[in-house]
Amino acid sequence: MWRWLHPYAKPEVVYHLLGRWQPWLSITAALTLGLGIVWGLVFAPADYQQGDSYRIIFVHVPTAMFSMSLYIALAIAAFVGRVWQLKMADWGLAAIAPVGLTFTFISLVTGAIWGKPMWGTWWEWDARLTSQLILFFLYVGVLALYHAFSDQRNGAKAAGILAMVGVINIPIIRYSVEWWNTLHQGATLTVFERPPMATSMLIPLLVSILGFGLLAGALIVQRMRNEILRQELRRPWVKHVLNQDRATELSKTEQA
Amino acid sequence: MNDTSNWAAFTAVMRRDLMVVMRRRSDVLNPLLFILMVVSLFPLAVGPGPDILGRIAAGVIWVAALLSALLGSERLFRDDFLDGTLEQLTLLPQPLPLLAGAKIVVHWLLSGLPLVILAPLCALLLKLPAEGWLTLMATLVVGTPILSAVTAIGAALTVSLGRGGALLSLLLLPLFIPLLIFATGAVEAALMGTAAWPQVLLLAGLSLLTLLLAPFAVAAAIRVSVN
Repeated sequence: MWRWLHPYAKPEVVYHLLGRWQPWLSITAALTLGLGIVWGLVFAPADYQQGDSYRIIFVHVPTAMFSMSLYIALAIAAFVGRVWQLKMADWGLAAIAPVGLTFTFISLVTGAIWGKPMWGTWWEWDARLTSQLILFFLYVGVLALYHAFSDQRNGAKAAGILAMVGVINIPIIRYSVEWWNTLHQGATLTVFERPPMATSMLIPLLVSILGFGLLAGALIVQRMRNEILRQELRRPWVKHVLNQDRATELSKTEQA
Repeated sequence: MNDTSNWAAFTAVMRRDLMVVMRRRSDVLNPLLFILMVVSLFPLAVGPGPDILGRIAAGVIWVAALLSALLGSERLFRDDFLDGTLEQLTLLPQPLPLLAGAKIVVHWLLSGLPLVILAPLCALLLKLPAEGWLTLMATLVVGTPILSAVTAIGAALTVSLGRGGALLSLLLLPLFIPLLIFATGAVEAALMGTAAWPQVLLLAGLSLLTLLLAPFAVAAAIRVSVN
């Protein structure tokens, strides 16, 4: 296992490996996401109760789903970075965190936009909304701590410890918020308990979930490559890569 | 290392930290005065009627406790970091989580315990109905160790940054939310005449879990900050 993994501890190898994946990942992400969104927003039938406003779920549900899994991925990267001292895992943390933060933010905003016509309010202290907001704060904390250090290596370690503390807290926060909500106001909002979805809506939703997943992957791969270049800027192989890129760009402009 | 030397190191760190703080007693008093001040601002802000005050009393006292824990967090590691004591602690043969535990205990003795003692006065000022007093005290007794332990993690992470304040509250306040929910929920249950002990016991369980795990996180954070 270790012998198989060993070459991937080298930034250069990982950079080129990710470079090979990236075009395919980006193209499939764009295609799947385009298909899911267009299908969902244009072709899927309107809901008999909510009309067209339900269509925001094709953005809201995928981002909300991945906001949580990305935080767990972040914590796993942090754990690997701490235990096996892999700097690549620390950079992975730096690559995942902004994507997760953005997904959480999108899910909060789309939720608010959907809540206004449906519930008549932009914000409700519903259990799921609240725990999503707290997740957003956790992401902000990790990123803020990462960028607070002038030495990025220490920043990644510190942010990793915080991410691990946070991931232990996530289930506690989830349950406490749920419990708090039911204690205080009972089930005023049961909008989340929708009747089972019709297949004509479910399939585009699944497609856009897959699309958002691929998008997250593509973004993380690109960020990871940038992070590798940024951290290894003084290494000869990076200079070589950058010079090569510049050369191909020059030849392109000459041809044009 | 045998148990006696571990225990000796534990008590030595505690004794030293207590002594350092006792040389500057205003450090102990200021967070308490801060709580008293925050608590007395609320009647002025929302009106002195007992119906409103009694209902928000537990929440106000707990929020004030969270803020004062953040306020007092600087002294946990800052001076030790600046004069090199923290580095010496990491070089000791005794396990660092144990010493971090000693620091957490001292922090609780100096900020959590006085808060518990001060709580009846705050409850009096905020006109908390008598049924809630015992529960409020109980939640503070079992909840403030969580405050000390988690604050220690944040303080250890930011100690080398020099400007921890706002960043520290950003890191720690989300982690305190379950604590706040359980504690105020317990007091509310007591006020409504239902059993409050399930929430208090939950809080006690959380407290034990935090005290078990936090020293290791603090130790890891210290090692990151020191190197």
